[in-house]
Amino acid sequence: MNDSPFVIGGRTFRSRLIVGTGKYPSNAVMAQAHEASGADMVTVAVRRVNISDRSRESLLDYIDTARMFILPNTAGCYTADEAVRTAHLAREAGLSNWVKLEVIGDERTLFPDNEALIEATRRLVKDGFVVLPYTNDDPIACRKLEDAGAAAVMPLGAPIGSGLGIQNVNNMRIIREFARVPMIVDAGVGTASDAALAMELGADGVLMNTAIAGAQAPVAMATAMRHAIVAGRLAFLAGRIPRKMYATASSPVEGLVGR
Amino acid sequence: MQITLNGERFELDRPVSVTDLLAKLDIDPRRVAVEHNLGILKRQRFPEVLVHEGDTVEIVNFVGGG
Repeated sequence: MNDSPFVIGGRTFRSRLIVGTGKYPSNAVMAQAHEASGADMVTVAVRRVNISDRSRESLLDYIDTARMFILPNTAGCYTADEAVRTAHLAREAGLSNWVKLEVIGDERTLFPDNEALIEATRRLVKDGFVVLPYTNDDPIACRKLEDAGAAAVMPLGAPIGSGLGIQNVNNMRIIREFARVPMIVDAGVGTASDAALAMELGADGVLMNTAIAGAQAPVAMATAMRHAIVAGRLAFLAGRIPRKMYATASSPVEGLVGR
Repeated sequence: MQITLNGERFELDRPVSVTDLLAKLDIDPRRVAVEHNLGILKRQRFPEVLVHEGDTVEIVNFVGGG
């Protein structure tokens, strides 16, 4: 079935699955999981170099940068200023002007501070960034982010790392209907069916970290996610049947033996 | 002389360029970003910018994240 390419900010990606680089049992397992996922974009965080212990291996040694596009995040930032500063540092450390923008509003839920998020989006777009904001599953917030120049909107399915799956299916549909930029479901995925559901609702992509990295067998889960994304996308494009209260026989009702 | 490096006090014998500071710390300059007194430094300026007594330097890199 023909599908339109997955394009964000003018760049085309082969896979609609975006994966993280955090919390894997080892860098070697991460590299294998990345390979199995089929993803061509990975997120990374920006942190101080450990000055006293230089023995730790570099994350980038385990990412095939010829194949993978690196998307730095501003995780852990609680103000627009912090997030803007981190995005600028990421741009200097990396090779691109892309950022997964996070401005967190609460430590326990890691829910975004939408007001600060919209402000930071506006500032970074002005500074020439391609901004992918992690946001609430709120269609109005998504619209404001889009108006601020976001290249995509990334509503959360559920709190980061919770594995609860998509909590507000209806909002996701509405966000997809409203948005003129790609909608990427970011956070909350627990297992393959969650990712498939996101895609069936019309998501253009799904971003996940813990669901793969925290699985008992991360490489197997990465493979499952790759299939789930493809299955969900195909189901969306194919168009599901309407839901009905009662049965409709699949086999003919005429010609039954003995009647 | 003393500088503040990634939030910690750090001793240097004399003012050094950012390039020399990174070399001293065994850090590959191609993989980090550096902030000097709260201003982000372009990589091509690492050789010419000197770190002086009392300066603040932040060196960041990419780590695992979601």
